Amino acid sequence: MLDFSRNHFDLFGLPAQFRLDAAALDAAYRRLQGEVHPDRHASGTDADRRLALQASARVNEAYQALREPITRAEYLLSLHGIDARDESDTQLPIDFLERQLERREQASDAVDAHDSPALRVVIDELRGEALELEDRLRACLDDRHAYAEARVPVRELRFLHKVGEDLRALEATLDETVPD
Amino acid sequence: MALFQISEPGESPLPHARKRAIGIDLGTTHSLVATVRNGTPVVLPDEQGRPLLPSIVHYADAGVRVGYPAMAHQADDPRNTIVSVKRFMGRGVADVGDPRRFPYRFVEGEGMLRMETRAGVRSPVEVSAEILRALRMRAEGALEGPIDGAVITVPAYFDDAQRQATKDAASLAGLPVLRLLNEPTAAALAYGLDNASEGVYAIYDLGGGTFDISILRLTKGVFEVLSTNGDSALGGDDFDHRVFCWILEHAGLPPLGPVDTRRLMIKAREAKEMLTGHDAAPIVTTLATGDSVNLTLAVETFTDITRTLVQKTLQPVRRALRDARLTIDDVKGVVLVGGATRMPQIRRAVGELFGQPPLVNLNPDEVVALGAAVQADKLVGNRASGDDWLLLDVIPLSLGLETMGGLTEKVVPRNSTIPIARTQEFTTFKDGQTAMAIHVVQGEREKVADCRSLARFELRGIPPMAAGAARIAVTFSVDADGLLSVTARERTTGVQAAVTVKPSYGLTDGEIARMLQDSFTHAADDMTARALAEAQVEADRVTAATEAALAQDADLLAGDEARAIEAALAAVRQARGGTDRAALAAAVERLNHATDAFAARRMDRNIARALAGRRVDSVLEGER
Repeated sequence: MLDFSRNHFDLFGLPAQFRLDAAALDAAYRRLQGEVHPDRHASGTDADRRLALQASARVNEAYQALREPITRAEYLLSLHGIDARDESDTQLPIDFLERQLERREQASDAVDAHDSPALRVVIDELRGEALELEDRLRACLDDRHAYAEARVPVRELRFLHKVGEDLRALEATLDETVPD
Repeated sequence: MALFQISEPGESPLPHARKRAIGIDLGTTHSLVATVRNGTPVVLPDEQGRPLLPSIVHYADAGVRVGYPAMAHQADDPRNTIVSVKRFMGRGVADVGDPRRFPYRFVEGEGMLRMETRAGVRSPVEVSAEILRALRMRAEGALEGPIDGAVITVPAYFDDAQRQATKDAASLAGLPVLRLLNEPTAAALAYGLDNASEGVYAIYDLGGGTFDISILRLTKGVFEVLSTNGDSALGGDDFDHRVFCWILEHAGLPPLGPVDTRRLMIKAREAKEMLTGHDAAPIVTTLATGDSVNLTLAVETFTDITRTLVQKTLQPVRRALRDARLTIDDVKGVVLVGGATRMPQIRRAVGELFGQPPLVNLNPDEVVALGAAVQADKLVGNRASGDDWLLLDVIPLSLGLETMGGLTEKVVPRNSTIPIARTQEFTTFKDGQTAMAIHVVQGEREKVADCRSLARFELRGIPPMAAGAARIAVTFSVDADGLLSVTARERTTGVQAAVTVKPSYGLTDGEIARMLQDSFTHAADDMTARALAEAQVEADRVTAATEAALAQDADLLAGDEARAIEAALAAVRQARGGTDRAALAAAVERLNHATDAFAARRMDRNIARALAGRRVDSVLEGER
């Protein structure tokens, strides 16, 4: 059977760390898909075609996981035996949660007032906080190898991602209700 | 008259060295078939030189007529003349809107509607198969032999049920499908090869019955679909219908029968087409009721009554850009596809939205078929592997499962690159629960009731455990055609259930039996000969693939493994010389089985080589 034992980083020939050379990932991804994509094996044997499907799906899965900072961090933790999505361990700092609650209120006020620029400000602030968290994770995971400690910033990052998705959905409805 | 054959330089003149590959645009209002000749995609016309085949099927007393001969019966026999059948693919009666808009007698079928015709009850799959069969015949005539492989296009927005229905129609028409390809992607292929442009492109495709917008990124030989959006129930036909309603309103007509409805719909379409290039269109006719119609539609009025339709296309454009995390300014070019994009108000609206005039240098009716032909030619193996590009497609709608309270849990989010496999764990709800109902849905809404139901199946034989103790892994696998299969497995015991999502509308046994019966009565098709020819095509494909694999990677095989493969290969070659279809199929099956492990090792080697940054060909060059 196909060798699926390689971890995602090995699959792309990248070091197992949080810092990412995005261009190298993209290039390796395209090279791999260039070999394994089902279109390359359309005139192959049945086994070729089945394997191409599996391998191509595997490469897509690995690429999706490494491309985004949150899933990359979670995957890195899982390689060190830590389940970042463990439901029995979901604590977040109170000040962090209060900050997000406030953001949601500001966003909902902006929507009520049909104020797109104000909503944009909230989204930009959120992105700023996410970038800071990624800096913290780089130091924590790559420089100090403090994997257990990284659980909280990873959870925070995922939380921010959810808030961000909700805010972008609000922005989308706001854009579509305001006439051009 | 005998014609001399002239082969391309470097190309073998042997009849079977080059495979017969076709691209088919199975459209709402018309369909086309194209192939690659001398390196250039061309549309194959019918015997009268007409490139388009109207997607119209007429069930007459004398038999089935497709295309122009069927078109003539739209007005005098509308109930038995099926037009725009693509709208009904994978759809139920409730999906088509007001049934009075159509002259057909709909019947609810299993998951998908059926239509009562003179020839009996027909499903949209069967009607589409008639169109595909006509195109297959046309191509086999032009290419002088059976088709080795076809690429069939579907709107990017088509869901699993609609894609599966399309593939079923192709099988029924006797076409070997290499791939279902998204229409906008095909359009980009047709343009991309001519222009070799890099950057982000928007493909705005307004066909007869569907609207699609796709955002694509073209980089060095890679076509990447970043996002798709659209409306599977919006197209040029709706513009006709607006004109039709305008006629009804202004001519003060009594309720119309199906013949007059059809006649006025044709008048409406003619007026619409005339308004591309004219300021006004006369609408003059006398109905079967004796009422006469004498109106003039001005282009300004036409623009006014269709304004909301044009606006309806712009919303999905914005959504697609947002999904791709891009803005209007990132778009380097806009490609127009579909006959409906000839309407001036569409070109104007698209130009205004993107701040640049759209690209229109290829025929918007042909561009999809041409791109499909290019892809078919490549997939069938006619192209040298050196000039390669890769097509990475996405799934248009999220796939998920129903969870407690009628809510959807998304397993594969929309715009994920395919193929993809995703596993999600679920658990039991009650103590001692031994079965679990799995309901697969597709769509973006939170509530299951608002999504499309694809399949229901049950995982049985779960050993009784406390609520929440079972670990049920549900795996969604989506192939390169965007078709889904689902497996469920209880992890602690290994109990398993699987379903290939032949959704709620899967053909019933009775229907299959009747379809086979019907196909036997097709005099032109000798079923036995055809089945043998198909098995031979398959045997040749597998033989060629195995020989190529041995030439490249024989060093991966131990002596006895190599001997086993050679023996299986020899058996296929021998059976290929005979006329026993079953024996040939069995030999091919044994060869497939013998090469399983070999294929896996080769795939691993390819991955290792790709990682080293070299293509297999260049590695071999270096070793020589």
